Amino acid sequence: MSDPEEKVPAPTVSITKDSGGAGGTGPVAKSSPVPPEAVKAIPVRHYGRWISAVVVLVVLAMLVSAFANAQIGWSTVGDYLDHETIIAGAINTLWITLLAMLLGVVLGTILAVMRLSKNPVMSSVAWGYIWVFRGTPVLVQLLLWYNLALIFPVLDLGFYRDEMNDVMTPFLAALLGLGLNEAAYMAEISRAGIQSVDEGQTEAAHALGMTRARTMRRIVLPQAMRVIIPPTGNEFINMLKTSSLAYAIQYGELLLSATKISSRNLAVMELLLVATIWYLLLTSVFSVGQYYLERHFQRGSTRSLPSTPWQKVKANLFSLRSPSQGGV
Amino acid sequence: MTPMVKAEGVHKSFGHAHILKGIDLEVAQGEVFCLVGPSGSGKSTFLRCINHLEKISAGRLWVDGDLVGYRQKGDKLYELKEREVAAQRRDIGMVFQRFNLFPHMTAVENVMEAPVQVKGETRAVARERALKLLDRVGLGERTDHYPSQLSGGQQQRVAIARALAMEPKLMLFDEPTSALDPELVGEVLDVMRDLAEDGMTMIVVTHEMGFAREVGDSLVFMDDGVVVESGHPREVLTNPRHERTKAFLSKVL
Repeated sequence: MSDPEEKVPAPTVSITKDSGGAGGTGPVAKSSPVPPEAVKAIPVRHYGRWISAVVVLVVLAMLVSAFANAQIGWSTVGDYLDHETIIAGAINTLWITLLAMLLGVVLGTILAVMRLSKNPVMSSVAWGYIWVFRGTPVLVQLLLWYNLALIFPVLDLGFYRDEMNDVMTPFLAALLGLGLNEAAYMAEISRAGIQSVDEGQTEAAHALGMTRARTMRRIVLPQAMRVIIPPTGNEFINMLKTSSLAYAIQYGELLLSATKISSRNLAVMELLLVATIWYLLLTSVFSVGQYYLERHFQRGSTRSLPSTPWQKVKANLFSLRSPSQGGV
Repeated sequence: MTPMVKAEGVHKSFGHAHILKGIDLEVAQGEVFCLVGPSGSGKSTFLRCINHLEKISAGRLWVDGDLVGYRQKGDKLYELKEREVAAQRRDIGMVFQRFNLFPHMTAVENVMEAPVQVKGETRAVARERALKLLDRVGLGERTDHYPSQLSGGQQQRVAIARALAMEPKLMLFDEPTSALDPELVGEVLDVMRDLAEDGMTMIVVTHEMGFAREVGDSLVFMDDGVVVESGHPREVLTNPRHERTKAFLSKVL
């Protein structure tokens, strides 16, 4: 993913000694005979920062000591962090998140294109879908899917026929509940992205003889990605957390795994903390992934890509010794 | 020889705004045809009607003998399907005031896009010709740059190469130099002059009177949705007969 030609701009002071312009030809702007001296100034002292840092450290220390003295079996937390039920739950959480997001993104993009279609049937269907699925809570939707057998005891698709209870497993109910709800949100995100692309792009593509569908796929959607990706990353991270609602329909994700264990050993807080740590870990990993994905889709919109956090750290390390670069 | 473009009583309205009020003109094959006039006179709108980016409200418009956007059977007119309109546009290149390059593709990818996607050429063949075309417009060194890394003049030359990649029989230029810094105008006009010498039929909406005089074969002055005056560029520009033409030229020359 990294560009070999990319370089970290060397963070040196911009006013440096120049060669004094000796031997220059032609009408060069008059340069002073003495080489300019680097600015030596005492930087502004930020007392507020020091004070706030101390306050934050004190509060942090108080929190740590409170938790250390609380009646938490920290060793239990440690023991269960890599318990196989917890690991299986984390994998299920990840799995349902990925699948539900996939369903949401694909269906959402289709809905967005339908919503913007000139065909009134298409746009009304998309509007109705979004209205229903955005207007009801996910938890209710999950329960509705899970209990579908109460109103349709038998699933009969003509070519396929089965008991609804056998078909609508907790997994399928979770996938439909989370994914279909997500599609409604993704549709609005995609629509905003598609509409952000300059109309001249469509015109240029049409003028070249491209059809509307091809223009959408090759020209508009790739450019819309830049606008669609950041909120989609947020949606993904939200989904990691929202998937915990599937606990209510017995889908074996992280929270259900934790509560299953704590119902046996009664270490309720300990296992909730285990789940918390896992959720934080997952969301952190995907936040980093989101950053690089956004960076990738900026390609072409800026002259050079922004530096990665690691490049920034390296640059900051070098600049520690030199005076501040301005800014805050 | 059938004229490349023929317009008969072309009208265009947007809601209540009547932009084109009956345009009649003919553009011969191989001709460089300049459209000049004050802004809002309808010259860009007329240009966009030629490749059906705008639907005309009345009249008839032919490109190379084919009715644009419609099919006539007896005395009934049928709208063409989207696919058929797209097929008509393949043969008509268009260059926009604001370039409209695809920003997520490099210069060479911009030029290759339509031959690969529309004509179904292989990438290798399309790439080879794209490189030749970029070389022809003087950008052989910058084929892998993204549009944001190119100057306005360079972007517009890529846009011309992109249009040429479809091997059009007609090129439409919609104020191709109006968005450029004055110092970059020349490089784009040079490419267009080259193209004219190769015998390309070109319709150019422009404010560059020097270019019109030097390269143009005929010139039409439009104002308020009608053709006010037309003729050979040198004649119209030096001896305008109509008052409105005189008034306009005195401001831009």
